[in-house]
Amino acid sequence: MEHVDGNAIAGPLAEFFAFDVTTATGRCVGCGSIAELARAMVYRSGAGTVVRCSTCDTVLATLVESGDRAWIGLRGMSAIEVRRAPSAG
Amino acid sequence: MSFITRGFSGRSRDRDERLPPGQTLVSDFPVLSAGPTPEVDTADWEFTIRTEAGVHRWNWDEFMALKIDDVDTDIHCVTHWSKLGTNWRGVSLDTLFEDVETEQEYVMAHSYGGYTTNVPLDELLDGKAWVAFEFDGEPLDPEHGGPARLLVPHLYFWKSAKWVHGLVMMDQDEPGFWEQNGYHIHGDPWKEERYW
Repeated sequence: MEHVDGNAIAGPLAEFFAFDVTTATGRCVGCGSIAELARAMVYRSGAGTVVRCSTCDTVLATLVESGDRAWIGLRGMSAIEVRRAPSAG
Repeated sequence: MSFITRGFSGRSRDRDERLPPGQTLVSDFPVLSAGPTPEVDTADWEFTIRTEAGVHRWNWDEFMALKIDDVDTDIHCVTHWSKLGTNWRGVSLDTLFEDVETEQEYVMAHSYGGYTTNVPLDELLDGKAWVAFEFDGEPLDPEHGGPARLLVPHLYFWKSAKWVHGLVMMDQDEPGFWEQNGYHIHGDPWKEERYW
């Protein structure tokens, strides 16, 4: 199967990141808990922000910011669920 | 073996030559942590070096019986602070690797709490790195990585893994925790190797 470049996911990802992502739920790869990201434990340090599962401490996500550059890592979530408007889909 | 810092040629009105580019001097010791502080009792503490041939292991008492170095060195955090003339006591990685035979050239340091960071082996030997357990004459505080942390002062301080638990030899350089998430694979402060 042919692949396309990352531009192809701009549309789908806009659905995930164009709203308050903390209302989304994610599934922890460590313990399988499904919880709103707002319930996760967030550790802020100068090096970056680390988001951990409130059930098992697994690192769900990392955020690193430096001036005009920023990184997001989603290493600890097997999936993220967002609620769509009822008319959608 | 003692570790001697580079000479300092006196106070200057200009930028301190010991300060890498983009760094600012601090007198306190900022704390940067990616999670809760692990509470590790020295009675339960263990340090291991894992190679292709097996595992070398030290408990706290065995570790304390090794040759201990006094280390005076400058440290540089990627978040732009540097601290000059810090004083540590610890065991040199040269001592720990004395009886370790390995063909593998890269190291992943693992910490209690799950943090990892990668360093090439040749940057840990020849007086360049320690497992430190004292800072300023006091046992290393848990929030600064006690009971023991890696000390690799020639690289940015995120490489000096707190709560170090062991080293795993690797055939290839692989990124550790922060290195996977935006930080530089190597981290030389004199080259400002901060990010990818």
